[in-house]
Amino acid sequence: MSALAEASYLPEGLTQPAPMRDGMDAPYWEGTREHELRVQRCADCDTHQWGPDWVCHACQSLNVEWVTVEPTARIYSWQRVHHPVHPALADHGPYIVVLVELPHADNLRMIGNLLGDPMQDIIIGSNVEVVFEDHDNGNPPYTLVHWQVTSS
Amino acid sequence: MSVSGADRGLRGRTAVAGVGETTYYKRGQSTDPEFVLVVKAILAACEDAGINPREIDGFCSYSNDRNTPARLANALGLEELRYSNMQWGGGGGGAAAVVQNAASAVHAGSANVVVAYRGLAQGQFGRFGQGGRRPAVRGEFAYTLPYGVMSPAQMYAMRTTRLMWEHGIDRSTMRAVALAAYHHAQNNPRAVMYGRPLDAETYDSSRWITEPFRLYDCCLENDGGAAMIVTSAERAADLSDTPVLVLAAQQSGGHRSGAWVHNPTDYATSSFKLGAQHLYEQAGVTPDDVDVVQSYENFTGAVVMSLIEHGLCTYENANEVLTFENLRADGGSIPLNTSGGNLAECYMHGLGMQIEAARQVRGDSANQVPNVNVSLSNAGPMVEIASTAIYGTAEALG
Repeated sequence: MSALAEASYLPEGLTQPAPMRDGMDAPYWEGTREHELRVQRCADCDTHQWGPDWVCHACQSLNVEWVTVEPTARIYSWQRVHHPVHPALADHGPYIVVLVELPHADNLRMIGNLLGDPMQDIIIGSNVEVVFEDHDNGNPPYTLVHWQVTSS
Repeated sequence: MSVSGADRGLRGRTAVAGVGETTYYKRGQSTDPEFVLVVKAILAACEDAGINPREIDGFCSYSNDRNTPARLANALGLEELRYSNMQWGGGGGGAAAVVQNAASAVHAGSANVVVAYRGLAQGQFGRFGQGGRRPAVRGEFAYTLPYGVMSPAQMYAMRTTRLMWEHGIDRSTMRAVALAAYHHAQNNPRAVMYGRPLDAETYDSSRWITEPFRLYDCCLENDGGAAMIVTSAERAADLSDTPVLVLAAQQSGGHRSGAWVHNPTDYATSSFKLGAQHLYEQAGVTPDDVDVVQSYENFTGAVVMSLIEHGLCTYENANEVLTFENLRADGGSIPLNTSGGNLAECYMHGLGMQIEAARQVRGDSANQVPNVNVSLSNAGPMVEIASTAIYGTAEALG
């Protein structure tokens, strides 16, 4: 069971995500609204793939499907952003971005924020789990996928 | 026949006959429109080469330069435009590729006098160092912008974090790259940071942009124009006693180097691992032959990656070899970024660093390294398609 964020990690006013107009990544964004983490998997060679594409990068099959994966990962790299480059972040202070890899899905990588103290120590290899952050007032409504260090 | 095709290659076939740049400005301070900056740079390069601008018959640029060949041909009064080329790929990865494309066109006989150019007026068209202001974004950026990954520093910091973690690269090694650039800029009146030296204490106490990058790990944001005239080696030899031969020029991207959301197969890389092999084979030189290096600094960590991947040091000895003393033009073993580069001369999207590499071969750099025969300049480390060129004297051909 994935956690749900109580408040947005970054302030309102940043650019929001929207599905591509050709429909390629719509299943991902629909999945986040349902609090499921979906990625691509090739129906022919079973390779998980991220970012999304119409074609499997491993075997060039066009038979690429979407699957729901376990919403856990480990920290692969990170940065702590101090200098704001957007007006909405001007008085916000540092925030953490993590690049995580999903061991259950061929170590594909995803980007999100690491919840908790923005000055916390960050250790590459730490286990993390998904926290969904709903933005029901978005146009269209959307859900972000953050991470937090696994407590157990 | 070689696997890479180097036997069909550019080695010594073409040359840089002239270089030109405008005054370099802090972003927003150019009094000229961007198009005028480009025209001025091209005219300066023609004057430097000693050719009539109307002899130009081809144009190459990169990174979606706004100043198109057709408009330039109109402005310069060209009778005939035979070749035009836009290098794909983001950032400054095209700054050496644009020389490759120009040289390839000349070598193939598609054109005789090709200009490689870049114009930037970030004050007029928007800063690279600021995030997007659109209300919604689709595609790859939908997976990064909402998490506060917007600027180039934010897009590339995590590769450097990973480099430091995997290979034990020290902060002092990145600092040496910054100190060398600022040191060289103090002798270069073109440099935006001329008269503004940097010391280790100032670097160490500078503010974080995004960890692991401090302020002085990051390139500048500038306005200006730069241009290089590429022609045949024969013509260049008629024009100058010290022609700058193009020994090799190569684009480089590894397996899935452009995979979305930071998913290249090899992550902590400058993208040069494969291209550097072809480059040296084409040039007929080895890393030991390289006399001076211009290594594109979007960020200092990328320079460390680039130098390693070009075989100029190793992961194991980078911390010992890449010191300020070793990187200086005055006596260093790997003279680095001798104009001040993107950190301290000007962020002309890397083309200024190609010009500096050519100047080192001619012998008229502001920080001239003695007896240069082989001069290497790379571009756009970490982007999906990076590039490198090697320039040299006739002696370098052996």
